[in-house]
Parts: sequence; structure tokens; C-alpha cells
Amino acid sequence: MVLFLFVIMLMNQNTETEPRNKSMWIKLAGAISGGCLLVVVVAAIRDSASLVERVGDKVYAKAAVTNFGDIGLIEKLGKSLFTDYVVPFEISSVLFLSAMVGAVVIGKKD
Amino acid sequence: MPIHYYIILAATLFCIGVIGVLTRRNAIIVFMCVELMLNAVNLMLVAFSKMHFGMFQRGLAPASGIDGQMFVFFIMVVAAAEVSVGLAIIVMMYRNVHSVDINFLNRLKN
Repeated sequence: MVLFLFVIMLMNQNTETEPRNKSMWIKLAGAISGGCLLVVVVAAIRDSASLVERVGDKVYAKAAVTNFGDIGLIEKLGKSLFTDYVVPFEISSVLFLSAMVGAVVIGKKD
Repeated sequence: MPIHYYIILAATLFCIGVIGVLTRRNAIIVFMCVELMLNAVNLMLVAFSKMHFGMFQRGLAPASGIDGQMFVFFIMVVAAAEVSVGLAIIVMMYRNVHSVDINFLNRLKN
């Protein structure tokens, strides 16, 4: 997130030199298409049977428990990261290294 | 909290990100909308992980694990690497043409 702020500060942008959208049809079409996507996703999960559970006679919505249990604790996540997931962890460190090298190579002033 | 609250929230965030990617002309804003989409998916993964843990505790699910939340870690890692490389590209583009307008890149086809 701080990267974004640095990049925005690096550029000297004025609102009057920036070209506007040629027409507002593009914005309208974008909003309509996004709205259609939202409607499709919501309609797909509305009647889904995997999101409700039956207890005896009543039908409840499945809840995401947030109060108890030890699944979200940092200690457990860290322990699992270093024992079960150590290979992806090391590979992601190599990924970070390559991304850093790539960013420096791209941004070199020559 | 019922799980469909989380689903609708994540779907709304994702659709807002999609609208932003399709509509905006500034390359930095497009990047931020891509980040928004990735974070919506992260939210969804964590919510489902908690839901399955709750079901597992009540005996309704065969197994549960911490896999969803570990995957969120790695999604964040990949998003950070991609943002750094993408911003380096934007800075280089700005250095050459002094504009971050994505329609400017159409010049490559002439």
C-alpha cells in the first residue's frame, strides 16, 4: 500500500492535463456489466443447498463461527506455516527475491 | 454471522473491483482495483475456512483444516510481488511518455 503512495507522489499529476473519459457510455456499460456479474453471483448462491443446514425440523443458515475455537489464532497459523507448509514458504521467498530483482531491473535509469 | 453475509460482501467487493478495472483509465487505479478483487477472494476463503471449522466441531463435516487461511497467506504474497513489478512498469512507462493513461499504450499497435 505504501508503494502505491510513493508511486503516486513520484508523478506530477494535474487534473487539468488529464484527459477525461470520452463519453459516459463507457462508465455506464462498465457499471451495468459489473451489476450483472453481482446479480448472477447472488442468484447462484441464493438457492444453494450447501449453505443451509437442517437441525431436526428447522432450517438454519450455516454460520461462520467467529467466537470460539482455535483455528484463527496466529500461533497455530505460524506453527502450521513452518511445519506443514515450509516448502511453499521457501518457494515464496524465492518468488519475492525474483520480483524484487525484476522490479529493480525494470526501474533502472539508464 | 450467517455465511451468506460474507458471500454477498465478498461478491460486492469483487464486482466493484471488476467495474473499476473495466472503466478507469488511470493505470494506478486499475492496479488498486485488482488488489481489491484479490482481497475480496481472501475474505471469502477465510470465511469458508471458519464455516467448515464450525461444522467440523459439530460433527457435520468430515474434516477441517487450516488450509484456507494458509492459502490466503500465499495469495497475499503473490499479490505483493505482482504489485511491486507492476508499479515498476508504471514508473518506467511514466518516464517514457509522461502519462499513466492506459489508452496511451494503444500507440504500440502503430
